[in-house]
Amino acid sequence: MSTRKITVTVNGAEQSREVEPRKLLSDFIRDDLGLTGTHVGCEHGVCGACTVLLNGDPVRSCLMFAVQADGAEIDTVEGLAPDADTLHPLQEKFQERHGLQCGFCTPGILLTARALLRENADPGETEIREWISGNLCRCTGYRNVVTAIREAAELMSEGGAATPVPRKD
Amino acid sequence: MAYIGSNVKRREDVPLLRGIGKYVGDIRRPGMVHAAVLRSTRAHARLVAIDTAAALELPGVVGVLTVADMPGLKTIPMRTGQLPGLERSQQTPIATDRVRYVGEPVAVVVARDRYVAEDALELVEVVYEDLPAVIDARTSMGPEAPRLHDAVPGNEPAGFQVETGDVKRALSECDLIIEQTFETNRHAAVPLETRGLVAEYDESRAMLTVWGPTKMTHTNWRILSELSGLPQSAIHFIEPAVGGGFGARGEFYPEDFLIPFAAMHFRVPVCWIEDRSEHLKSTNHSRQQSYRVRLGLRNDGAIAAMDADILFDMGGYTRTHGGVPIVSSSAMLQGPLRIPNYRCQIHCVLTNKTPVGTYRSPGRYEANFVRERLLDMASHRLGLDPAELRRRNMIRPEEMPYDLGRNPYHYNVYDSGDLPGQLDAALRHMDYEELQRRCAAARAEGRAMGVGIGCFVETSGIGPWEYARVEVGNNGNVVLYCGINSVGQGIATALSQIVADEMCVSIDDVRVVHGDTAKVPYGNGSNASRSTVMGGSAAVGACRKVKDKLMRLASAELEIDAGDLELADGRISARGTPERSLDFAALARLALPGPALARGFAPGISEEDFFATDKRPFPYGVHVAVVEVDRETGIVEILDYLVMEDVGRKINPMIVEGQMAGGLAQGIGGALLEEFVFDQDGQPQATSFMDYLMPTAMDVPRGQLISTEEFPSPHNPLGVKGAGEGGITAAGAALANAVSNALGVEVTRLPLKPGYVLELMDAAEKH
Repeated sequence: MSTRKITVTVNGAEQSREVEPRKLLSDFIRDDLGLTGTHVGCEHGVCGACTVLLNGDPVRSCLMFAVQADGAEIDTVEGLAPDADTLHPLQEKFQERHGLQCGFCTPGILLTARALLRENADPGETEIREWISGNLCRCTGYRNVVTAIREAAELMSEGGAATPVPRKD
Repeated sequence: MAYIGSNVKRREDVPLLRGIGKYVGDIRRPGMVHAAVLRSTRAHARLVAIDTAAALELPGVVGVLTVADMPGLKTIPMRTGQLPGLERSQQTPIATDRVRYVGEPVAVVVARDRYVAEDALELVEVVYEDLPAVIDARTSMGPEAPRLHDAVPGNEPAGFQVETGDVKRALSECDLIIEQTFETNRHAAVPLETRGLVAEYDESRAMLTVWGPTKMTHTNWRILSELSGLPQSAIHFIEPAVGGGFGARGEFYPEDFLIPFAAMHFRVPVCWIEDRSEHLKSTNHSRQQSYRVRLGLRNDGAIAAMDADILFDMGGYTRTHGGVPIVSSSAMLQGPLRIPNYRCQIHCVLTNKTPVGTYRSPGRYEANFVRERLLDMASHRLGLDPAELRRRNMIRPEEMPYDLGRNPYHYNVYDSGDLPGQLDAALRHMDYEELQRRCAAARAEGRAMGVGIGCFVETSGIGPWEYARVEVGNNGNVVLYCGINSVGQGIATALSQIVADEMCVSIDDVRVVHGDTAKVPYGNGSNASRSTVMGGSAAVGACRKVKDKLMRLASAELEIDAGDLELADGRISARGTPERSLDFAALARLALPGPALARGFAPGISEEDFFATDKRPFPYGVHVAVVEVDRETGIVEILDYLVMEDVGRKINPMIVEGQMAGGLAQGIGGALLEEFVFDQDGQPQATSFMDYLMPTAMDVPRGQLISTEEFPSPHNPLGVKGAGEGGITAAGAALANAVSNALGVEVTRLPLKPGYVLELMDAAEKH
């Protein structure tokens, strides 16, 4: 099968590869770029495990072809933490509040939450639940996920200081 | 006791949060190719011919395997639940001459990548000769039904009866008999990561390595050895990170033979990752049972007898669990009740659907739904409050340990607890009477609001044994090698807490190794909420032996009587003169083999322990659901939900609560949303997440989760009872009772989908 060359910026680094036009973006990220933190849970766009940020917006990478992402900026879970020794506030709160068990859905939820907190730095419980309602988690029952996102928002809005801010709901 | 009982952050988390956790689909081997499984499109058919020629011609295809490539194929054995007769309907790893459910493996294509493998699947031509399919268990037992397995006339490969007391006589003397049928819906564990395997055969070392087996790594190791003829010493199983189990993942499935076979056959590393559609058709289903029950009571509410007849819909084959779910139902249908006369007749029935196995709280979720519904129906008839009827029939604390009566396949003696006390505590917490008043007031205004109780006794910590080895490494680290598995539940953290406390070391100096057959020789895996109970207890045993050796080594070196030594902070010191001490690294050096080793000592600091028991702990608790039903749409909204459970002792309360929350979400899914529907030809109708609906963050309430540790189990040194299943087990029961209460109806089947709820409302209006 013929291939096409695409160039994407992934977690800040430019990457060029030859890909088959039918290759899914999720498979491109996992197999061609070796970033296996992006997980595939259903391959039909329901579970949200494969969520990445495409030009800042959360998308299901199993519902796109890699060639459609040509020229785009992509953020994956591997790029969330600032460096190898530090966690992003979302990651920190997910651990502290037991917002993950098996961890398979977690990268997709983290990226969805990242996008949420860019749009609204102070979301309430209902808004958080609406935002992550496209990400299935089979382990946690969501409550600790919601708590972790809420507390990460507080942490981030205080620039790292864990001072609570008033909730919306 | 610094760590046990505290919310230690999970050691599993950081790699998973950074996206560097290695699940099976993340493993890459040099030259690795990809398999795809061709599955039966027919529910019941003869396999007439398979033509692979066109597929083999496709560029990139390595090969295609069918039964013709596998002479001497054996069936996959049961590892447990071996009811006599079930062995007659075991499954071969690939269809031989007949298929019995949609999704049964017929051929395996191996190709350069998954894309090419799936292209090739479409080029394999299979000629089927259709046979009549039977979908309903009761129909399958009838004289007109097609026979699924030649060796099983009547499609009922096994059955048994348990009876205590004299049910017939007790029922004849009752004031009230509730007679009712109940159905529970076929649904399943559906972990977010599908199944997968990577297998590689190294000819130079004659060693087959398989990444992916979990839950029962050592059991599957033995089964693959038996099926393949390779000795266990030539097979190495490695458990990677695991994306959820809940009973279904990690059993020995057909692919657990086929993928290693392909790797050996083609002499190339083979990766197989199940897709979601395959998962929903081929990974164990669960929960489908049909009940006919009679419950006999006196006018004062005392239960005199229960007589149950249960059909267990097994699907097309017996799988590795055998009859486990239905055995569990037969034992635990009595739940928290004192039932002096109890009979239960079990029928295991084959149908042309996906075979079944366990799903979190197997058989008990179903039985709790039935029993708790019966209690509410009886309370309506007797004019008693549902809580009061339960109170009058619950096993009292002074009756513990309580023997439910003989069951040939299930340990049946409750260990400890205060069941009515737990119920009252739950009702107080929810302000039950006020809640009932609020619901009644809402109903008077036309709002369908109701409250439902579901009481339960769980069973956990199944034996017969678990293995642990504890060693002190060269740098003084304490390493636990244990035969349990991780399925994402946080077991490495919990075991680290136990070992750190037992060895008086920092948790940072403890490593836990599991799921690797080269490093851990024995194990019974993680199922039935057993990992902490059995693995933790074995770890305690091994730690105590290691401590004894450390003390003796220190005593010999320091020339101080062991009684004058103490262990603290990773050192052994002389009492009163702490400067005379040895840390674990120094003690490890003293134990090295060679002439310097003190007389009378074997080299190394490494001790094994097998914790063995034929008993089981029984966690117990209460669910209380508050719902409102939309009378227009039939949609059930959960307004509040309480799970209260006594788990004996909490190693990590945060993890216990996480288990309760996750279990509850799954229980809500099973009660309201999830169902594998089949059409009359046996075609599955729920083969994607568009049709198989799992609860989202909008469907699951925050809920209230309360775990207690008032009654430690006397059956293990930690007092733990296992905490994996209390969150799910009575969710169907409590939600069905709440919906019944809200609408003034009697729910008799699950799930409570809008169509069924509307049907109940229609029937109530006509009544």
